[in-house]
Amino acid sequence: MALTGDFLMQGVQMFLVLAVAPALTGLVRKIKARLLLHKGPSILQPYRDLARLMRKDVLLAHNASWLFRVAPYVIFAAIWIAAALTPTFATGLMFNWTADLVAIVALLALARFALALAGMDIGTPFGGLGSSREMMVSALAEPAMLMIVFSTALLAGTTQLSQIAAHLASQPFVLRASMGLALIALIIVSLAENARIPVDNPSTHLELTMIHEAMVLEYSGRHLALIEAAAALKLVFYFSLITCLFFPYGIATPPMGLAAQFLGMGLWLVKMTLLAALLAVGEVSVSKMRLFRVAEFLGGALVLGLIAMVLLFVSGKM
Amino acid sequence: MSTEQTRQKQGLIQLLRANGQEQRAQRGAPRFRIDAAMWEELGGRLGKGLDLMGLWADAQDVHMALFAPDEKDFAIVSLAVEDGAFPSIGARHPAAIRLERAIQDLYGHGARGLPDGRPWLDHGAWPIRHPLNEKADAAQSGEEKDETQDYAFLPVEGEGVHEIPVGPVHAGIIEPGHFRFSCAGETVVRLEERLGYTHKGVERLMQGKPPAEAARIAARTCGDSTVAYSFAFARACEAALEVEVPPRAAWLRALMAELERLANHLGDTGAICNDAAFAFLHAHFGVLREDVLRAADTCFGHRLMMDCIVPGGVARDLDAEKGAHVLQLLLDSLDERLEKLVEIYDTTASLQDRVRNTGRLSPALAQGFAAGGYVGRASGRAFDARLSLPYPPYDSLAVKMHVMHKGDVNARVWVRIHEIRESIGLVRTIMHNMPQGDLTAELPGNTAQVREGVAVVEGFRGDVLAWLRLDEEGLVARCHLRDPSWFQWPLLEAVIYGNIVADFPLCNKSFNCSYSGHDL
Repeated sequence: MALTGDFLMQGVQMFLVLAVAPALTGLVRKIKARLLLHKGPSILQPYRDLARLMRKDVLLAHNASWLFRVAPYVIFAAIWIAAALTPTFATGLMFNWTADLVAIVALLALARFALALAGMDIGTPFGGLGSSREMMVSALAEPAMLMIVFSTALLAGTTQLSQIAAHLASQPFVLRASMGLALIALIIVSLAENARIPVDNPSTHLELTMIHEAMVLEYSGRHLALIEAAAALKLVFYFSLITCLFFPYGIATPPMGLAAQFLGMGLWLVKMTLLAALLAVGEVSVSKMRLFRVAEFLGGALVLGLIAMVLLFVSGKM
Repeated sequence: MSTEQTRQKQGLIQLLRANGQEQRAQRGAPRFRIDAAMWEELGGRLGKGLDLMGLWADAQDVHMALFAPDEKDFAIVSLAVEDGAFPSIGARHPAAIRLERAIQDLYGHGARGLPDGRPWLDHGAWPIRHPLNEKADAAQSGEEKDETQDYAFLPVEGEGVHEIPVGPVHAGIIEPGHFRFSCAGETVVRLEERLGYTHKGVERLMQGKPPAEAARIAARTCGDSTVAYSFAFARACEAALEVEVPPRAAWLRALMAELERLANHLGDTGAICNDAAFAFLHAHFGVLREDVLRAADTCFGHRLMMDCIVPGGVARDLDAEKGAHVLQLLLDSLDERLEKLVEIYDTTASLQDRVRNTGRLSPALAQGFAAGGYVGRASGRAFDARLSLPYPPYDSLAVKMHVMHKGDVNARVWVRIHEIRESIGLVRTIMHNMPQGDLTAELPGNTAQVREGVAVVEGFRGDVLAWLRLDEEGLVARCHLRDPSWFQWPLLEAVIYGNIVADFPLCNKSFNCSYSGHDL
């Protein structure tokens, strides 16, 4: 019985992130549009877009290899798993033990690797351009991400995400310099990984300036739908990661009742909405940076993560 | 003193009087028939204190418009085409290369010594060759060819150099043009443009039409500069027919021209920010532009004021009650809102980081190519047709020219911001001092002689030149419209050199050259 319940909860989490992801992307777009004096499409528009793309035929370039066709599935699967394993409304779910932060970073790297290869597969200049830029960004974002992982792991004594969240949620709130630095670093990494301003511009039509979009220009139909869904899931993943590492308060911890779980779910949705609003405001208030300045930006994240870790080594209280 | 030095000292018109035959039919500015030696000498002086303002052909001649900034002399020189060819100016002055390639495509007159003989406007898809030539070669029917395959882009060689072709179909709602980047990593080693996709045959369409009809075609050469084109064409017509426009009509024309300048500068400033992904200013500048367009709609019955300027005067009067009121409301709110946005532009560090030092155009190049508009003025070329070649009513208005020297994207934006402020002031002055009176002057229909006229008008993008010849019946025999972009597009290629690919859209938007006006 308990096993069925656990299984069910894990299933709920898995499909919850998938169900919420397009709405979250739609919400960010909606808030951005409002800030820019536009009405903006409905929050539900991303669902319609996905449904439309699923119905459409896939157009493949003549020289597309199997890699190009397989990549969307790999990307979608890897990111979905990462998002499903990250604690959202509750910790201690059935498969949470697999949610080791290093493993999650590796899942994201796998998705990125597949996408970059697919970008180069057809051989159009934009794909290559996007892939090379993506690699430049990720070469800097990944180590920064690992620094953040290690800082939080030092604090909680484990790299297991669920346990970190449970540990932090059980502690009374204390201001820690190390966590502050790690949070800023994680925000920077999230912006870069989600192809957001100031690193990339998700709403541009200018092929020459694209990073993420340049790699997926050749995709269509269900392939594109999977990639778009993966991008939406990635946003959910990073938002969830930020909340469970830095604001886990209200998250349901075992042993938990249904009420706690619903409360956790409601709070999680509120947190997601707040982060979406913050992201939209942030994107409206800065311009995109020069491409090579991205290196300095992400280098900053790496240094912040490093400092956070060193601080924790010096004193567990900082 | 050698004869060469004496010639250098002479004013342009003096020199031409001494060495050419003044053509009596020409009005608006003198036109001289000169010989090949003089043609070549003038070609050699271009870019060295002598500006090339236009180069176009006729059935038997090639014409070149020249401007000497020192003495503000403006003149046209003509050379008879012999054996289907003329000495190339492009061989001596690169700004003329594309103009001569266009002449070759449209007329078939060969430019002897032209370093780049590839076609320019003719992509091989026209049903005829040399469409403007009377002996148009209809036999050479155009089979549908794969255009870009045939066109030999300039080769770039080197380790790791790769090509990025962009266009002619772009992702945004913009006009078609092909850009071929050769890059080493992210750095652009060379950009080559290929234009001509929006060739509509404007000049041929105008032939044989009465001026009133031709004016409607001229107004459609380039939508965002429709007032400037109508203005230039109307003035060329009036010059040819020696018609004086009533003062009120002249002032209304200036009002329209300034509104057009305002709308475009406001829209483009926002669009430049948008290309740096700063959509906030795009949205707010867009609102200002929209307000100007709506005011124009209320005042003149068309948002872009198309066909409001006609040869002889203007087609519509400003409604004294409603129009004046709307304009007053616009001006009252524009100032304050503009300054707020300008402050945001100037204080947003992330945006400033993008626009400063990006896409620098050296003053030497701007001078050499005689780049008009903000492109020239942001790189130290002090030319504004409203001041340099004043025409009514600007000869009685105090227009201030803003010249900057840095030549980067930021300088071009600032020149535009200054011009927006200047235009707001001008609209105010025009409103207060608008004389009363007639709107049109009668145009003589049948003149019984060939007449020619030329005019240069400052559009928002730069100086638009219009030259036309009316035949004995008063119909357009030949009309040439030269967009300022002819001298700006080639500079964009120079500006992007050494910049990174990702910065091209920003540089491009800060130039915002015309496709339609250039491709004609």
